Amino acid sequence: MRIWKFGDDIDTDAIIPGRFLTEYEPARLAEHVFEGTRDDCRTGVCPGDIIVAGKNFGCGSSREHAPLALLGAGVRIVVAESFARIFYRNAVNTGLLPLVCHDTGGLVEGHEATVDIENGVLTSDCIDYPIEPVPPFMQAIIDAGGLVEYAKEMKEVEICTGSQR
Amino acid sequence: MGATLVEKIFSSRCGREVQAGEVVMAPVDRAMIHDITGPLAVRVFREMGGDEVFDPARVVMLFDHQVPADSVQAAENQQFMRDFAREQGIHNYDLREGVCHQVLMEKGHAAPAEIIVGSDSHTCTYGAAGACATGIGSTDMGFVLKFGALYFRVPESIRVEVSGAFAPRVGAKDLILSIAGDIGAGGATYQALEFSGETIETMPMAGRMTCCNMAIEMGAKAGIVPPDAVTREYLQARRPGAEIADLAPDQDAVYADRRAYDVTALAPQVAAPHNVDHVVDVGEVAGTHIDQVFIGSCTNGRYEDFVEAAEVLGDRTFSEEVRVIVVPASKEEYLKTLRAGLIEKFVEAGALVEAPCCGPCMGGAFGLLAPGEVSLSTSNRNFRGRQGSTEAEVYLCSPATAAASAVTGAITDPREV
Ligand code: SF4
Repeated sequence: MRIWKFGDDIDTDAIIPGRFLTEYEPARLAEHVFEGTRDDCRTGVCPGDIIVAGKNFGCGSSREHAPLALLGAGVRIVVAESFARIFYRNAVNTGLLPLVCHDTGGLVEGHEATVDIENGVLTSDCIDYPIEPVPPFMQAIIDAGGLVEYAKEMKEVEICTGSQR
Repeated sequence: MGATLVEKIFSSRCGREVQAGEVVMAPVDRAMIHDITGPLAVRVFREMGGDEVFDPARVVMLFDHQVPADSVQAAENQQFMRDFAREQGIHNYDLREGVCHQVLMEKGHAAPAEIIVGSDSHTCTYGAAGACATGIGSTDMGFVLKFGALYFRVPESIRVEVSGAFAPRVGAKDLILSIAGDIGAGGATYQALEFSGETIETMPMAGRMTCCNMAIEMGAKAGIVPPDAVTREYLQARRPGAEIADLAPDQDAVYADRRAYDVTALAPQVAAPHNVDHVVDVGEVAGTHIDQVFIGSCTNGRYEDFVEAAEVLGDRTFSEEVRVIVVPASKEEYLKTLRAGLIEKFVEAGALVEAPCCGPCMGGAFGLLAPGEVSLSTSNRNFRGRQGSTEAEVYLCSPATAAASAVTGAITDPREV
């Protein structure tokens, strides 16, 4: 998989502009992913390619259209130095994997990379970059295949249980 | 160990003492959905096997982003939402009331010690009422609609202590812009901003809403003001007879950080393109040519904001080089502004006054920018492409600075007109 490299503070307006939010299908949203900011993504991203970014990826609007547009384009993993809170939740909920890597500076646009989630490492140009483990309650949602699957069979939830320090 | 405001709220709603960093499944007192993110939330609710929403009385629906419908698709989405509201017995303000956050506040849907979620990032506005309110995505909202609860990581808090009195034509928006410039776009991620100090204590509700509204621009989960007499007065009229919870942080509460600001010498602030934390004194960008001025949004679309703009405008007219778009945030604010004669004043000065809605704030419905154009806006985001072309530029400022600049046709210090 190839790396698509971005900087800090990539906002959800950049990922999918406001005028396309009447759409909800990932494939249709993908037709406008990064429109106007990274137009090469719309045609160039291949299934399995990864987004690599700096700090605060996905800041701004709560639009879930952002992870859906990335999923529609074939992206399954976003690696960033940090994520905006709502985007992080939305990504996990919809099946896009947000991975935190404290220093993405050395990763190069267009280069090949592999991600070994079990061992928490991203490898590119023969260099290993450690990836932070996903918080346990988020991992449970990922393991279920997203929040919809997680919630499907549940009749109700127990308030304030499942808590952990 | 003492507790912060949000720790107290989560503790009381969860029925046991919880601390920052814990992950809890907490009950939700109110859930807000609108025309843009609502349809997806409803679909997810169905996919989860949702049949009846947890409590129709706790769900608030309204349309504000694309109203009246600006495309067939928007109309279809609204129709879908109307049908859902009817089927579920949810109260739907439809497109009659205005911008979601203003409407939830003024209809008394937010009160101290409540946990409120909205499928919109600026839900943090309701911290002005002493609620712990946060924006969530549509899938989380689907979960809330089904279960009436959601996973939360109880946030650490940053205590923001503000002192001093504002100089004339400087106010809450300038304060929160300067705080955003200081803390940075991601500086409060996963945390809550707890506002305090004499400046906040004497600040009317409108200004508190402006401050809490922009907590998300620093990545915060919530912004919150300890409820006091100002909160009480605001709520008494909107929730007649309801008990209003007492809520204050403990003296020995543990904060992730404490930051102090003195507004005495604060100049009008402007966030320059394309980041909200790219904040400078107005003087540094004064003279920048502008094509459009937008006065409105959930940040600054209230009566108080229009009074501020009208005072700066005086008897002058707006520059013919500038398109001035004025959009009150709600019907209530519209009527107050109208009855005070300010709508007439703005129209006579050359502005376009639109009915309550989000307007040009999100670049969805109308008022979009062409490549190369520059907009000065009282809203909360100036991301590249936020108000139209990605080659346009958006500056953020207060209503006073917006009005002064609309008069001259270039970014102008409101103290100098
Ligand atoms: S006015 Fe702007 S920021 Fe506020 S809810 Fe509408 S689009 Fe969002």
